[in-house]
Amino acid sequence: MSIEPLLDVRALCAGYGDADILRGIDLKVEAGEIVAVLGSNGVGKSTLNRAISGIVRARAGTIRFDGAAIEHDKPAAIVRRGLIHVPEGRRIFPNLSVRDNLDLGGYRRAAERRATNRERVFAIFPRLYERRAQSAGTLSGGEQQMLAIGRGLMAEPRLLILDEPSLGLSPLLVEELFALIARIHADGVAVLLVEQNVVQSLEIAGRAYILADGQCVMSGRSPDIAADPQLKRAYLGL
Amino acid sequence: MAEPLLSVENVSRRFGGLLAVNGASLSAPAARITALIGPNGAGKTTLFAVISGFLKPSAGRVRYGGEDVTGERPHRLARRGIARTFQIVQPFAGLSVRDNILVGAHLRHPARAVAVTVAEEVGREVGLGDMLDRPAHTLTVAGRKRLELARALATEPKLLLLDEVLAGLNPSEIRDIVPVIRALSTRGIAVVMIEHVMQAVMSLAEHVFVLAEGRIIASGTPAHVTADPAVVEAYLGRGAAAKVGTAHVH
Repeated sequence: MSIEPLLDVRALCAGYGDADILRGIDLKVEAGEIVAVLGSNGVGKSTLNRAISGIVRARAGTIRFDGAAIEHDKPAAIVRRGLIHVPEGRRIFPNLSVRDNLDLGGYRRAAERRATNRERVFAIFPRLYERRAQSAGTLSGGEQQMLAIGRGLMAEPRLLILDEPSLGLSPLLVEELFALIARIHADGVAVLLVEQNVVQSLEIAGRAYILADGQCVMSGRSPDIAADPQLKRAYLGL
Repeated sequence: MAEPLLSVENVSRRFGGLLAVNGASLSAPAARITALIGPNGAGKTTLFAVISGFLKPSAGRVRYGGEDVTGERPHRLARRGIARTFQIVQPFAGLSVRDNILVGAHLRHPARAVAVTVAEEVGREVGLGDMLDRPAHTLTVAGRKRLELARALATEPKLLLLDEVLAGLNPSEIRDIVPVIRALSTRGIAVVMIEHVMQAVMSLAEHVFVLAEGRIIASGTPAHVTADPAVVEAYLGRGAAAKVGTAHVH
C-alpha cells in the first residue's frame, strides 16, 4: 500500500460567477510538512484556500484529504476531518470575548479537550491570556491575528491553512509568528502557508508552489526557489 | 518656526482597566510624512481614532490648525480636513470604484457632476483610472488599498491618517504605491502613517514616532529610531533591525 499525501489536489478549477480563478492546480502536502504557496495578489491564492476548505466549490478536479475525496464536502465536514483554515483578514467575532472566540474554534472538533487546547493556545500566545475576558473587537490588529490562529488551533488541526498570517504584524512579531508556526509544525501539524512574506516563508517551508494567473508555474524545494533571482523577480515582486 | 498642523499633547485613552494610550504626544507638519510605528497592541490605531474623533481621549488635547479640536466628532473633523483610512478596508462592495470614491467627494461637492469629476481625478491619482467602472469587490488587495486611499483623499484632506495602507502588498506593489504617497505630501498634505513595512517607512518618513504600551518611547529620523536599542527590543527584532540597517547604508 502506498502512502497517500495528507492533502492531494489535482487539476483543481474554481471561480466566481463568470470568472475562472483557478485553472488546473496540482498541489500536495505530506503529513508533517510546511508548504508555502506564493504569488502576487490576485493570482488565486485565497481562492485556492477557499476551494480546499469547501467554501468555494471546485468546478473541476479532485481534492483528497487524509485518503478521502472532500471536493463535495461542506466546510463543516471538512473541519471535522481536521483541515482547518485560518482566513485572511482575521474574521473574529468582535462582540465575543477572546475566550469565547477560542472556544468556538473547538466547537465541531475536539470539544471535549477544549480546556486543554485553550491552555495550549494561551501558552503560545500569552497576550491572549492577558486579554481573555476582553471583547475581541477591542484587540489590536496583531492581537486579532493571534486570536484567529489560536482559534484555528483549538480544532486540533492535522492540516492548518494560514492565509497571510503575518498581515499587519510588527517586524518583531512576524519573526515570532514564523517561529511559532515552526513550533506548531513541530507538534505534528502540517501547514499550508499562503504569504506575501516570501523570504521568511521560504525559510520555514520545506517546499513551495508559485502561482500565477490561476496556475502553478513552479514548485520545488524552498532553497532552490530562494536561490532563483529571476523567478523571484518574475512572480514574487522581489 | 510655524506651529505644526497637528499636535497631540499628552493624550491618554482608557478602556476600562486598560490604559491603551498613556500620555502620548506627537506632532505632524504640513507637506511632510510622519510615521507612527510600534508593536501590535501599542495603541497606534487608538491614537488615530482619538485624532480623527472616533474616540474621545480620557486626558490630553488634540490641536489642529492652531485650534483645540479635542473630542470633536469625526464628521466635523472631516470637514476641517482630517481624513483617515482603516486597516481592514470595507468598500461598498457592490458599488463601482467611481461611486465609492464619490462618497468622499460629496463632502465638499454637493453637485454630482462636480463630485464625479473630483472622484475620477482622485481615482487616476491613486492609479485606479482604468478601473473606475469596476465593482469594488472585483479589486485585488492592492486595488482595494488604493481605493481606501482614494476615498479618504476625495474628502480633500489637509491631514491624512494612513493606517497600514501597505499591509498585504507584495514588494513590487509597495514600490508602486510609495510614489503615490510621496506625491501627496509634495502637494502639501500632512501625512501620518502607521506602518510595519520598514523599508517604506525608511524611504518615506522624515520623522518617526515609536509607540509602545501606549507611550512614545522614541522619536526622530528613521535612521535614528531604528538604531535605538529600545526600539529594536520592543518593535523591530534583531533580524529586521539588521535588514533596515543594511538598507540604510546603500
